[in-house]
Amino acid sequence: MAITPPSNRLWWKEPIHGIELGWIVISFLWGLFMFIFMIAWHFIGEQNLSSETYRIRPEAYQEKVEAFADEFAAKDASGNPVEEEGVPVVRPPAGGDVFILARLWEFWPILELKKGESYRIHISSVDWQHGFSLQPTNINISVHPGYEHVITLTPTDSGDFGIICNEFCGLGHHTMTGRIRVVD
Amino acid sequence: MTTIDAAASPYDGVPARYRTCRFTGLRIEANAELLIKVNAVAAVLFLAWGGLLGLLVALTRWPAIQLLPAEWFYLILTGHGANVLLFWIIFFEIAVLYFASAVILGARLATPKFAWLGFILMVVGGVMANYAVLRGDSTVMFTSYPPMMASQWFYLSLIIFAVGALIAVFVFFGTLVVAKSENTYDGSVPLVTFGAITAAIIAVFTLASGAIILIPTWLWSLGLVTEIDTLMYKVVWWGMGHSSQQINVSAHVSIWYAIGAMVLGAKPLSEKVSRTAFLMYILFLQLASAHHILAEPGMSSTWKIVNTSYMMYLAVMGSMIHGLTVPGAIEAAQRRNGFTRGAFEWLTKAPWGNPAFSGMFLSLVMFGFIGGISGVVLGTEQLNVLMHNTIYVPGHFHGTVVAGTTLAFMAMTYLVVPLIFQRDIIWPGLAKWQPFLFGIGAGGISLFMMGAGTLGVARRHWDIGLTDAAHAFEYPAAAYLMMALNGIFAVIAAAGGILFILIVVFSILGGRRLDGAGARLTFPLHDRSREVAEYGSHATIKLPGTIILVAIFFASFVLYYFVNWKYLSELWLFR
Repeated sequence: MAITPPSNRLWWKEPIHGIELGWIVISFLWGLFMFIFMIAWHFIGEQNLSSETYRIRPEAYQEKVEAFADEFAAKDASGNPVEEEGVPVVRPPAGGDVFILARLWEFWPILELKKGESYRIHISSVDWQHGFSLQPTNINISVHPGYEHVITLTPTDSGDFGIICNEFCGLGHHTMTGRIRVVD
Repeated sequence: MTTIDAAASPYDGVPARYRTCRFTGLRIEANAELLIKVNAVAAVLFLAWGGLLGLLVALTRWPAIQLLPAEWFYLILTGHGANVLLFWIIFFEIAVLYFASAVILGARLATPKFAWLGFILMVVGGVMANYAVLRGDSTVMFTSYPPMMASQWFYLSLIIFAVGALIAVFVFFGTLVVAKSENTYDGSVPLVTFGAITAAIIAVFTLASGAIILIPTWLWSLGLVTEIDTLMYKVVWWGMGHSSQQINVSAHVSIWYAIGAMVLGAKPLSEKVSRTAFLMYILFLQLASAHHILAEPGMSSTWKIVNTSYMMYLAVMGSMIHGLTVPGAIEAAQRRNGFTRGAFEWLTKAPWGNPAFSGMFLSLVMFGFIGGISGVVLGTEQLNVLMHNTIYVPGHFHGTVVAGTTLAFMAMTYLVVPLIFQRDIIWPGLAKWQPFLFGIGAGGISLFMMGAGTLGVARRHWDIGLTDAAHAFEYPAAAYLMMALNGIFAVIAAAGGILFILIVVFSILGGRRLDGAGARLTFPLHDRSREVAEYGSHATIKLPGTIILVAIFFASFVLYYFVNWKYLSELWLFR
């Protein structure tokens, strides 16, 4: 029994049953396959999280984001900046660098991207840790203060997308959202 | 055998006192028995409190009810994590360690005074943590990621608790030495003790990781350290946070084997295979905490892939092996017991009315199918981006820690009460249903949280309606349905949990005494006289039922794995 010492003192010399051996081989090969598949996806897949990261002081990052938002601010027909709920809408050029600021309690600014174009999205926090959860497409990435993470993102659907904070960041956590608009 | 005197320690020249269990023949020493009792009682009390907090959390996340205000929700959620994930589980594990060493080996407990010191520190830590959380200035969630800071009492309480647990683990090691030197057993330690040893070894480096990260964080909360790096914190913290879950796995797998042996007379198919599977938990675990860092900046893909899998997922393989050998040992035992018809008579005629068995088997099935499969999917470098920090994550670990570990520990309690407290289980009619009630509830919350997470619902979030948010966003209606179902199943699980607490408390206080002559157990242990003649030999053993179960498991695993890759391939492109 499992609660008594092994009945055969030389238990390590007992042969292994065929059933157990077969299952060990299957489990081992499956584990090996799952390991190889993670590597393979870097070559055959188009969803691999970038590890390009820079250390940055939160204040320096905030200045970069503000400069970016000024430079590419969307203007309406009469030349006035476009805002939604008091937040500027930014239309960065395709292929360019795009900055998102996570802070208590919003993702700033609102981005307007083109479907099928690639953007270098920079993301960092200026206060606590936050969670970048892009919905409903369901891409979830952690955001740290002091680390600027650069992800090359290519939207494949158009419409309005929400960014929901999914790392607990204090009492206003459930009010922390942002928006990305993708146009054709 | 009635009074316990601390001065009765063998160190003072007074011989240890033993009794012989009339049901199992095990030799039980008085100090070991008392310390198992106090740790088990503390565990159950923390489960009752932490479980109540969990019910409040689930009722708040049920969108139509949203019971608590936001501030209280986050506070209660922090308390829920600490009380059930840490205090309930670790107090019970200490009881299991003392059981697996002193009781199973028939030895005295080493250094009972240190065992008491460990226990007292753990109680102080547990109570202090609750004080820190209820003060309201430590609402940082169980993970307490910096730079969000809790009060110094929060970090200090966890350090004190960990020191107490570490002392208890060393009392366990000491007891093994005592048993060996006093020759209380013959040959190698039993498999259950071996599993407990792996749990204890993992506990040592888990608690070391905890000390390495919590001590500087505590100093930081006192203003003595200026900054805690957020990424470094996560890497080291999860060395504790994840490894501690592997303590649970080692402990509850040991319990599966123990219950199989005690209730059905199951013996391991092969000692070598089962022990090697336990060993893999130690060897291939530590930086498996890496799978908590897959969605973070700053760590290379190579680091993530290597450390999440160690090239071949051998810790997962360990669990997959137990997934065959535990039901296999039970099937073999049941066939010896005479249930040989068809592929599944051994299972259908199993003692489903005995809560120790039903709890154990439900724990085995749900840990494998729900917790295990989802854990591997979550721990895959790219797939993690689909679910990171969504409510899928608590869905997964309620499958492992609640449907798996907690249910196994409940099942074990149905043996600990009669054998250690020497009181019979009261209300057998209700006790019979308790594991099913709790199991169905726990399975339901796991599955529905995973479902909601697949739809993107965030974890640790008060309002999926995002009513006061900067920018509105509507989750699909199905997400609301999932969260409501989660609430309903949480109520079912809570009913099962309350029933468990009542049965245990009233059995201990008022159950029929079992220390008199002729006393019988309501839920009997394995009776060797029911065994038919030896069924086959080891070489020709047939396990058709287990093979079918394992084949279903493997097919589900592969299917679910690829479904998630399909889903991933439909996301926006990112690199």
